[in-house]
Amino acid sequence: MAGQLRATHELHNRRLSRNVGLGIVLVLFVGLVYGLTIAKVGTDPNDELGAPWAQAQEKAAK
Amino acid sequence: MTDTTILDQDRDAGFGDYFALLKPRVMSLVVFTALVGLLVAPGQINPFVGLCAILFIAVGGGASGALNMWWDADIDARMKRTIKRPIPAGKVEPGEALGLGVALTGFSVILLFLATNWVAGALLAFTIFFYVVIYTMWLKRWTPQNIVIGGAAGAFPPMIGWAAVTGDITIESILMFALTFAWTPPHFWSLALFVKSDYKDAGVPMLTVTHGRRVTRNHILGYTFVLAAVALGLGLTSIGGPAYMAVAVILNGWFIKGAIDIWRRTDADSEADSHLVERKFFKFSLFYLFIHFGMLLVETSLAPLGLGGW
Repeated sequence: MAGQLRATHELHNRRLSRNVGLGIVLVLFVGLVYGLTIAKVGTDPNDELGAPWAQAQEKAAK
Repeated sequence: MTDTTILDQDRDAGFGDYFALLKPRVMSLVVFTALVGLLVAPGQINPFVGLCAILFIAVGGGASGALNMWWDADIDARMKRTIKRPIPAGKVEPGEALGLGVALTGFSVILLFLATNWVAGALLAFTIFFYVVIYTMWLKRWTPQNIVIGGAAGAFPPMIGWAAVTGDITIESILMFALTFAWTPPHFWSLALFVKSDYKDAGVPMLTVTHGRRVTRNHILGYTFVLAAVALGLGLTSIGGPAYMAVAVILNGWFIKGAIDIWRRTDADSEADSHLVERKFFKFSLFYLFIHFGMLLVETSLAPLGLGGW
């Protein structure tokens, strides 16, 4: 009987899909904020990280 | 909660049910047109920032979908086409859809603003407001021109994509908006001529019911002329060119011919051949919009070779 109660119900699958889905969304969100930060700072001519990129862009434009 | 109590809760939502609230099929049109708006815009955008901008526009579109489903849950439950949506199916509570819609609206608008500029963020916020408040809450159940108003909300994405790069609203972005805007009425009304819908039972006024099928045929023709003028006008701007124009002339000639054929027909003619002309026109309308936006991309792609544009 105890074994039957522990059996995976379809409800558990739905909950698992919800939890896994939310987990993936959160991981993607962290990656997105990280990537955006690198992209924004890395192209800012006033920033140490972005200055070489800005110079390269200027050279290419000339 | 014990295992015996959870067995009663068959209505617990899965991840897919929440995703369905975002109307993923509508999202594909939003993503495609926003991407074209972003790619044809003059100026540069970091590819990752551009990708994020498209994602935020898509999420904003999804947020409007969730808010639309929250508000329209009562009529969705009365129509065959929509009865399986997560709220009428009992999988998601209306409050959850409202919460998800509001949260994703804030998320998408603020992040688009931070990633690109305030014009793009404000346009996305206005689009969501327009679709949810002006269309869904106000005009959808009040006027048979609801399709026209709803089409305007679906027409904003290329304008937002353009603004994400340029931070501006220009004649090019306005005409890209106008293209989808003028395309929506002939597209949906041709469908309404051959699909039996239960909008009437749900209390949503549709032109075919409120003003009759003759008036609907007249409206299709009228909007098709407006659409052709917009499509050709777009070809004369900085993002158009000979290739776009050649294709646009052919497609619009064909589309106008189709609209005239529909206008000439009586309902008896239409019934006799199972709405063949209306069905063909509707199918062609899908192809029509895709090719127009696709040709704008072709013009931009040809530019580095010295071939695109005027």
